[in-house]
Amino acid sequence: MNAILKYMRPVAVIGIGKTAFGAFPDRDLRSLAVEAIEHALGDANAPSSAVEAFYLGNFAGPSFVGQNHLAPYIGASVGFESIPCTRIEDACASSGSAFFHAWQSVAAGIYDVVVAAGVEKMTSQPTPRVTEILAGAGDMSGEGRAGATFPALFAMIARRHMHQYGTTREQLAAVSVKNHANGAKNPQAHMRKVITLEQALAGKPVAEPLTVYDCSLISDGAAAVVIVPLERAREFTSRFAKVLAVAQTSDHVALDTKADITLFPAVKSAGEKAYKMAGLGPKQIDVAELHDCFTIAEIVASEDLGFVEKGSGGPFAAAGCTAINGPLPINTSGGLKSKGHPVGATGVGQICDVVMQLRGDAGERQVARHRIGLTQNLGGSGATCVVTILEAAQ
Amino acid sequence: MSLESRDGIVYTETIVHSPPEQYAADAPYQLAIIDLHSGGRLTVRVLGKRAEERAHIGDRVTFVEEKNGVAYYRKA
Repeated sequence: MNAILKYMRPVAVIGIGKTAFGAFPDRDLRSLAVEAIEHALGDANAPSSAVEAFYLGNFAGPSFVGQNHLAPYIGASVGFESIPCTRIEDACASSGSAFFHAWQSVAAGIYDVVVAAGVEKMTSQPTPRVTEILAGAGDMSGEGRAGATFPALFAMIARRHMHQYGTTREQLAAVSVKNHANGAKNPQAHMRKVITLEQALAGKPVAEPLTVYDCSLISDGAAAVVIVPLERAREFTSRFAKVLAVAQTSDHVALDTKADITLFPAVKSAGEKAYKMAGLGPKQIDVAELHDCFTIAEIVASEDLGFVEKGSGGPFAAAGCTAINGPLPINTSGGLKSKGHPVGATGVGQICDVVMQLRGDAGERQVARHRIGLTQNLGGSGATCVVTILEAAQ
Repeated sequence: MSLESRDGIVYTETIVHSPPEQYAADAPYQLAIIDLHSGGRLTVRVLGKRAEERAHIGDRVTFVEEKNGVAYYRKA
């Protein structure tokens, strides 16, 4: 047996906290992060003095707001004293990775009470500059220099997926329509707007075949969770979620170095590792938050995680199978498309959203079956992936 | 390297309408990943703004020039 599985301590999420995601010209990066962490600590009934380590996911604070050394900068404001405060950067999977490292430290028995958080403040820069900063998550020596933006990379993935599997523009748009419908019911979502298929299809082109309705939003926001060993969870709360699995894997950064761009090997391997660790398969997942940075990414991830056969993600979404009342609800939060995508906050934000579902706290968006949830957080055009599987407390 | 070995077949492509700051003046422009005849893949620009100049998956493209580390191609 894998040494990790044999010796690790089971871990629980005991507190979750998120800011709303949106454009907040009057808020700075630190105040967003502090708000999310304070919510999570309050939710966990844990004082800041109990926290033994802090992992912060952030993609590009230095470029977006000119601030570096972010983990102690935020940690000190929350009241963390003399503990390791570490920032982790893995592009849009930065806080998924922060969660992975936080989980490792608790599972390994090094710490008991650990905070994993993520934050990004993106809207203080004009869109062309944001586009350029985000492009830095790709390979700037090759594709980036040629003029590949992130929408362009995913547009090329979409084109190839359409070519190989017959995926249609309408199927891509169906993902957007569904995520907007869900986000409209989420009080913390960035763009709470229901859209029609016709609107999605007629959107302004960003990188063909993708329109603005295929692209996630440029957002400000933060999210945080508090984790402890499962055996201590009830000291804090009865509303915890068990971490059944966390897996982080990697792949090439440049899209043109991959054999087949219609799949993400890192998503596939992270999914397989997570299923193995949790001792279950895709059929057992009740609800999932997938990394829909672009509509095509949700379709590809649903295939790579084994929810559907390769190439069937488009028809699956268009048939309504991933809606809140469908057999496998995906992105009940509204996803990155409608909820927003403050990139460094997204991974932990997804975990907060799934824990809400597992607790039965998702209000209008609550799914009927909510025992086991999955999150999938993607960095760049697939070079990092973090998958978590969580179970509701019995 | 002969010119021919730098030619290739379009593996995938897009037209970029929302460019990074650096290439604002070029937009819209076509970007493609091509399978080189000599082996390997490369991300390149495909020149031309007219509909008939647009390269699609499977089209042959020929090397035009390299400028500032970027390879420019044209639909064959």
